[in-house]
Amino acid sequence: MMDQSLGETSFLQRDPVFRLTRIAGRILLYGLLIGMSLWFLAPLFWMFMSSFMPLDQVGVFPVQWIPRVWMPENFTEALKFWNFGTTFRNTMLITVFSLIGDIGSCTVVAYGFARFRFPFRDTLFLILLATLMLPFAVRLIPVYAAYDAIGWIDTFYPLIVPNFFGNAFYIFICRQFFLGIPQDLLDAAKIDGASEVRIFTQVMIPLAKPAIVVIAILSFQNSWNDFLGPLIYLKDPDLHTLAIGLYKFTSLPGQGGIYNQQMAASTMMVLPVLIVFFLFQKQFIQGANISGLKG
Amino acid sequence: MATSFGSQLSALRGRRRERWRDLSPMRKREARFGLLFISPWIVGVLLFSLFPFVASFLLSFTRYNIVQPPEWIGTEHYVHIFTDDPLFLKSLRNTAVYVGGSVAIRIVLGFALALLLNAKVRLLGLWRTLFYLPSVVPIVALSVIWLYVLNARAGLLNSFLYAIGLPRFRWFADPDIAMIGYLIMSTTWVGVTMVIFLAGLQGIPEEYYDAAKIDGANVFQRLLRVTIPLMTPTIYLNILINIINAFQVFTQIFIMTDGQGGPRDATRTYVLHLFDHAFQYLPPQMGYSSALAWILFMIIFFFTAVIVTTSQRWVFYQGGENGA
Repeated sequence: MMDQSLGETSFLQRDPVFRLTRIAGRILLYGLLIGMSLWFLAPLFWMFMSSFMPLDQVGVFPVQWIPRVWMPENFTEALKFWNFGTTFRNTMLITVFSLIGDIGSCTVVAYGFARFRFPFRDTLFLILLATLMLPFAVRLIPVYAAYDAIGWIDTFYPLIVPNFFGNAFYIFICRQFFLGIPQDLLDAAKIDGASEVRIFTQVMIPLAKPAIVVIAILSFQNSWNDFLGPLIYLKDPDLHTLAIGLYKFTSLPGQGGIYNQQMAASTMMVLPVLIVFFLFQKQFIQGANISGLKG
Repeated sequence: MATSFGSQLSALRGRRRERWRDLSPMRKREARFGLLFISPWIVGVLLFSLFPFVASFLLSFTRYNIVQPPEWIGTEHYVHIFTDDPLFLKSLRNTAVYVGGSVAIRIVLGFALALLLNAKVRLLGLWRTLFYLPSVVPIVALSVIWLYVLNARAGLLNSFLYAIGLPRFRWFADPDIAMIGYLIMSTTWVGVTMVIFLAGLQGIPEEYYDAAKIDGANVFQRLLRVTIPLMTPTIYLNILINIINAFQVFTQIFIMTDGQGGPRDATRTYVLHLFDHAFQYLPPQMGYSSALAWILFMIIFFFTAVIVTTSQRWVFYQGGENGA
């Protein structure tokens, strides 16, 4: 569009009609971008604003954006019904241990697929890719029955332990990354007499940091946002996670109408995620890209 | 992932003859290390994929309520599903509406937004962050928010429609439009496909456009003849991923309808129906639910197979190489 290499373009740029259509195009472009941003952000902005509103203001039509009076007590009121402390602690616990399991198992397995030759390796990798297609509904019932049989219902184990056995998608991400590390580096370490385990922990892991950060973010999002798992495995209110706590709070009998407090509760659950998102934006976007770009 | 199936398969054929006993001691040592490293996944895939895959197939031929051992009843569940379960067809239809609508929204709108951002805009990073932001919000919180966005009396969406002079709708009460509400909500995740498409667009070499320009191609011709063909591998993969995911839509509808799929089952999706039988019925109907799960698996498998096979006709790989 702006290539000066093509003579006709620079000639055209001096043409008033061309410049006008160009300016009009730019205005239209930025207008669309602003419009779309409003569409995407309005619900979140309203969540934040209404969490400070008095209850009667939330039900006004058409919608109002600025609280008539600011009511931070919506948050303290919400906390009376919604055990934020316990659910937050439970969620953190599950998230942290799942993260450790995911990073540990997926780097190790990915390294095995990327750097060693063994019979049926490619068949096994194809199976790994195929498991990505298996709907969770197919796994749900037998796995639930198995956990029930070994007494793991109402424990955090069903939400943590599977992560120690590798996640197909994270393994895929990590393997792609390992494949990109030059073989010379490994050969050099081997000549220096480093063992396979040492090469993995002291050469590969430090190099794989970018991939590990992406996996960590995906794993964090996965545990923090998970709804179905905690819903079926955790019945004891003391074990509830933030997601379940928020769901229960909004569906409490008789509490259906306290929109402002529900929005305050939602704000409390969303804020930690948004903080992590703003700190690691680049990795979030990389994570999305790896999932949809690499063939 | 799927685009590399071809190359993975041909690599497989070349390696078929490799047997354990033919390996040199060095290679045996290497193979042992490799298997050691992948062993966590081998255990995992047996426990969390193969076992449930086989078990749910077997359970689908039984009556099973978890407390008592499963009782073999043959194909009774399947017969019942296809002849005597009106909610099966209804939930399938609702799911089909969601799959068709949400995949179209995510692909078309995501691509359009990526094209806008690829038009050399200022503050590219800022726009990208803003568009992506809603997708990182936990789905429970999103559902709570959208309960009020779609609220008929004072919701955001109706306020917006009112402001631009359009009629208001009863999103949760009117069975004819209830599913549309969830499709509008699905725009929340457009940022994900947009980010992916944008990265793909940024990877297209500028020379291609220059060459097309010299040949006299206008903006639309460049889009149709250069951009879209070069993007087909990414479009293909994202259609595949989004279809597989959309078929399993559950959480937001469960939360927003309190597990009912209301009004009058107008938003009861397939997984919601399946979940109902397994976890909300008393006694639980795990066998019936397993049969439903296997039918879903077959449906998803069918769509994946169709897309993968037809892809050879419309997916264009640079340099004719089959595999990204």
